[in-house]
Amino acid sequence: MSNKKLKIEELEKLAIEIREEIIKMLLEAKSGHSAGSLGVVDILVALYFNILNYDPKNLNLEDRDRFVLSNGHIVPALYAVLAYAGFFDKKELYSLRKLNSRLQGHPHRGSLAGIEVTSGPLGCGLSQAIGMALAAKLDSKKYQIYCLTSDGENQEGNFWEAMMFAGKHKLDNLTMIVDRNNIQIDGFTEEVMPLEPLKEKYEAFNWQVLEIDGNNISQVIEACNTSRAIYEKPVAIIAHTIPGKGVSFMEFDYTWHGKPPSPDEAQKALKELRTLKGQIETE
Amino acid sequence: MLNPQLYLNQNIFESSVEKQPTRDGFGKALVKAGEENKNIVALTGDLKESTRIEEFANKFPERFFEVGVAEQNLITISAGLANSGKIPFASSYATFSPGRNWEQIRTTVCYNNTNVKIVGAHAGLLTGPDGATHQATEDLALMLSLPNMKVVVPADYYEAYQATLEIAKINSPCYLRLSRPKIPVITTEKTPFEFGKIQTFWISNNPQVTIIATGSMVYYSLIAAKELEKQGLETEVINCSTLKPLDKEEILKHLKITKAVVTVEEHQAHGGLSSLIANLITTNFLIPQEIVAINDTFAESGEPEELLNKYGLNVPNIKKAVLKARDRKV
Repeated sequence: MSNKKLKIEELEKLAIEIREEIIKMLLEAKSGHSAGSLGVVDILVALYFNILNYDPKNLNLEDRDRFVLSNGHIVPALYAVLAYAGFFDKKELYSLRKLNSRLQGHPHRGSLAGIEVTSGPLGCGLSQAIGMALAAKLDSKKYQIYCLTSDGENQEGNFWEAMMFAGKHKLDNLTMIVDRNNIQIDGFTEEVMPLEPLKEKYEAFNWQVLEIDGNNISQVIEACNTSRAIYEKPVAIIAHTIPGKGVSFMEFDYTWHGKPPSPDEAQKALKELRTLKGQIETE
Repeated sequence: MLNPQLYLNQNIFESSVEKQPTRDGFGKALVKAGEENKNIVALTGDLKESTRIEEFANKFPERFFEVGVAEQNLITISAGLANSGKIPFASSYATFSPGRNWEQIRTTVCYNNTNVKIVGAHAGLLTGPDGATHQATEDLALMLSLPNMKVVVPADYYEAYQATLEIAKINSPCYLRLSRPKIPVITTEKTPFEFGKIQTFWISNNPQVTIIATGSMVYYSLIAAKELEKQGLETEVINCSTLKPLDKEEILKHLKITKAVVTVEEHQAHGGLSSLIANLITTNFLIPQEIVAINDTFAESGEPEELLNKYGLNVPNIKKAVLKARDRKV
């Protein structure tokens, strides 16, 4: 891979920086999705700084691993990670959601280098990843396709159409990571429209299922590596995450699904992130 | 008279005119396109035989994907394939694709700008006895309104063949509209075809009205033009098979001469050919336009010809519209 693999401690430190960046971006944008963006940071940091093969200076690198973001609303986290990975200047992060920006409110392939697919409307990322996985097999390519989905979008019909297809075709070059944070816009997933038992459902569709703490970077890395070693089946990694991770007043609160912090809240959030919720004294 | 430069079928006005479905032309051409370009892949939603994608599937099994009854998956998998350099042709019935999966087409094909070919078979009233659920009469409105999408409606078997080969070469989302039954073959193998260009199939020395038709309605428009000529009214018939991009300049050249237009399509009057032409003339110069289309209604079960007659897509109505357009000229 082109980017050097960072060690766990370095990745954890970077994840905090990225979370701070997300808070600042959302404050500046005055709209956007706080909870999910903060929740998936560890997954994205693990992918872009340890797992994925890519070259930010050669976007069309044929053998690059593909990352498909299905739940496009958490794109602030992806933008921040891409900037830190060298795809574009970090300063540009503050143009998020503004007129003439390349950083659209939901990801658009044509707008920004490094964005592999356009997404936002839920439930159609996995099937796009499947198309890429089929193409890779047709061309005898060895790269892996990773798709991040939310848990809420498991309620879409298109999602299960895709699950069925990937199971039938034994797409072992496909790894789906499910951001299992238990919240969606209208409340907790199990109240809005229960998803459980998720693991058993995936297995019934002929997927191999791994279950991890999605805020534990070591576990994310281990699961991704394991998924590459599994043959004859696509792999689903159910990554249990804390929505709003790192900011106490956002954690587990579904009302933070689709709103940005106010200046005061941002201040408080940044302080918490810098002091690890008061565990260390100096900022 | 039939435009002699276009090598049109001289038997067209005979009752013995050869008939073939447009979907057959598509199926044959897809095999040829597949032979020429190994990046062409095909997908269908449990409609392999009836959308005529079967021959490709048999010839290139490794490049064919049966998606099952799942039109949303059909299109989004196609988008992923196109994203990785493949040229997917995704077939279903037009009511389901681009009907059921419109938002997926909007996001993952059009906004994403992926090179996906959407093949909507069984479009229009010609679908017949299956009834209104299976007669797509709104699909053109759905596709014409999408940025980046290109739209082509072949008038017959040979045009479907050529259009398929052409859109395979265009790096853009495309919608190809096909119909079910055998319909008269009005072109020949020698008839030239250029994507994005209109062709004048019926010409006169001094045309009074321009008839612009698309798809299956080109045939009935030619019959109307011939009958009107016998009655002393000269017209011209334009085959507008590419609806998007619309060949605006060429169309305007014709309309500047005749100053009256009739549009004929097997589609709702809103959002299809008639709307395109209305937009064109209102933003250039106002001339009378008459519309032969489906008038804001669902149809029903019946034989194709019966349905065309009941819902006004027939020769008498085209002739009436032509006379009305002429009489409204200032």
